[in-house]
Amino acid sequence: MAKAGKYSKEFLLKLFEDMVRIRKFEEKAAECFTKGMLAGNIHLCIGQEGSTVGAAAALEEADYITSTHRGHGHCLAKGAKTDRALAELFGKKTGYCQGKGGSMHIVDVDLGILGANGIVGAGIPIAAGSALASKIKGDKQVTLCYFGDSAANQGTFHESINMAAAWRLPAIFLCENNGYGVSVPIHKVTNTKTLAVRAKAYDIPGETVDGSDVLAVYEAVKKAVDRARKGDGPSLVETKVYRWQGHYCGDPAAYRPKEYLEDAHANDPIVLFRARLIKEKWATDAQLAEIEERMDREIEEAAAFAEASPYPEVSEALTDVYSQDNERCVER
Amino acid sequence: MSKKLSVSKAIREGLHEEMVRDPNVVVLGEDMADMGSVFGITQGFLEEFGPWRVLDTPISESGFTGMAVGMAMRGLRPVVEWMYNDFITCCLDPVMNQAAKLRYMTGGQLTLPIVFRAPMGAGRRNAGQHSQCLESLFMHIPGLKLVCPSTAADAKGLLKAAIRDDDPVVFLEHKLLYAKKEDVPEGEYIIELGKADVKRPGKDLTIITWSRQVYFALEAADKLAAEGYDVEVLDLRSLVPLDFQAIRESVCKTHNVLVLEEGVKRGGVGAELGAQIMDELFDELDSPVGRVAGANVVSPFSPPLEDAVFPQVDEIVSAVKQQLNR
Repeated sequence: MAKAGKYSKEFLLKLFEDMVRIRKFEEKAAECFTKGMLAGNIHLCIGQEGSTVGAAAALEEADYITSTHRGHGHCLAKGAKTDRALAELFGKKTGYCQGKGGSMHIVDVDLGILGANGIVGAGIPIAAGSALASKIKGDKQVTLCYFGDSAANQGTFHESINMAAAWRLPAIFLCENNGYGVSVPIHKVTNTKTLAVRAKAYDIPGETVDGSDVLAVYEAVKKAVDRARKGDGPSLVETKVYRWQGHYCGDPAAYRPKEYLEDAHANDPIVLFRARLIKEKWATDAQLAEIEERMDREIEEAAAFAEASPYPEVSEALTDVYSQDNERCVER
Repeated sequence: MSKKLSVSKAIREGLHEEMVRDPNVVVLGEDMADMGSVFGITQGFLEEFGPWRVLDTPISESGFTGMAVGMAMRGLRPVVEWMYNDFITCCLDPVMNQAAKLRYMTGGQLTLPIVFRAPMGAGRRNAGQHSQCLESLFMHIPGLKLVCPSTAADAKGLLKAAIRDDDPVVFLEHKLLYAKKEDVPEGEYIIELGKADVKRPGKDLTIITWSRQVYFALEAADKLAAEGYDVEVLDLRSLVPLDFQAIRESVCKTHNVLVLEEGVKRGGVGAELGAQIMDELFDELDSPVGRVAGANVVSPFSPPLEDAVFPQVDEIVSAVKQQLNR
């Protein structure tokens, strides 16, 4: 357990605020989706906020992340704005990708968000490549790769971590293990008790932590970040988390035993951290209530912005396929 | 002024010039550093540019190709080598779903200046998994550019243009052209992507082709000339972007056109070009668009079998004569 005295109040309240922002964003997204306001599909990270925020808090602003199909939280934790993110879910011109990417593809390179990704495991080599770029350029930035337990069973996991380890790249491989790949429990398709144990195969540090404890995640990832920044190479951190929703919004998740959701609710990272903030006297109930209300307002405003924003012009369907000679390359 | 260089040395020179010019150009792939690549393209690069600009990767095509995408996002200009273009099967996701799509999917936020170099083609007795022509596969993917040079001079100038291009470019080099020695201009020059080149002017029929088949077409044209046929050979050089203006000019002159490709006929580039020509130049045509292409089979190992399944000069000669119906 983290010591009470070592964190600033500002830092602790920021963790709380970021988790609440993500939770309310996801709840709003679910509401809009259920009302039929969003096209396509969304994958929600409700329940995983402790892992997502704790890991991002260990990064500097100039550091990089890659994310996944369940990526809203990762991007918000790295600084993405709720209004532009929600506008992207709506397919609007004001969204991060001008409506061309949607829920699974929020990117803001200026914020170090190299992209959520619709292909499971595709972000892992991209993150390793970003870390290699830092090594080649000689900058001091690290790249944190968020991925899920199922991505750990893609070949890209092995190929990328092997190279990152061989070349001591400044990368942190953060596996958010929520126990399920769509409907398949991880233990049914994987022999080891943890995924972090695989770090041994690459001779790098590997650690499994409680992803519902935001400070425990922060501590584990901070250690990995410091190691990467020093030039000592990558680490694998596995956070045990709960995916409250099914794979996608609307998936009844009948494949899961009811105990899973009971455990999930008993391990709500926001409820746990809120209680701890008050118990340790790091914050008052009034302070936290103020944050919750502020986040409510922010999300309401973001939703209003997204809804009121225009769709892209139809002609934009043909732009930005190429950066040079686009028109000719699109024509033939 | 010009000098004699093999195609592989011309490619090496183009890559070398770009690495000297721009420190963001980094090469990675299997056997690139210590060995200097299996076809000798990067010989001496490790000593000159060091291990962080000339990377020997493990045999992990999916991993290192995906890493090139991440490197490009961070402002580098990676030049990736796949030892054979057939190995695309091991890394199609980073090429097709990542490099090709991410500019569009991010609303133009990302530029991904990556060159994917790969030897291609049949005739080297490498059998079915090391002999394919996959142009139509790459051409089908929006977001990729595709360059297939034939001559040493073109290979150098086009590679330099591909490296400077801000989009992902697949650059296919025919293995059986590497050793061919040809004139290459002295000094710095670039050949713009999307500019076809008339390798032989003629007035009776246009053979549209690229890569190694350019030489087959030229040889066939010589034979046909002896029989009174005047054939034009148009080397596309890049398939995306496509120089349709050059095709239009040539077809409007000869009124007969045949697309010649080494790759398999079914779903091939010839089908696409034929359709475009029929759509837009139908009234100019005196004969249906001809196609000479590889058989719809796996490239066989045994030399007499292999030679029978991709276009040879005599087959081109008789196809032209049949098309001109003389």
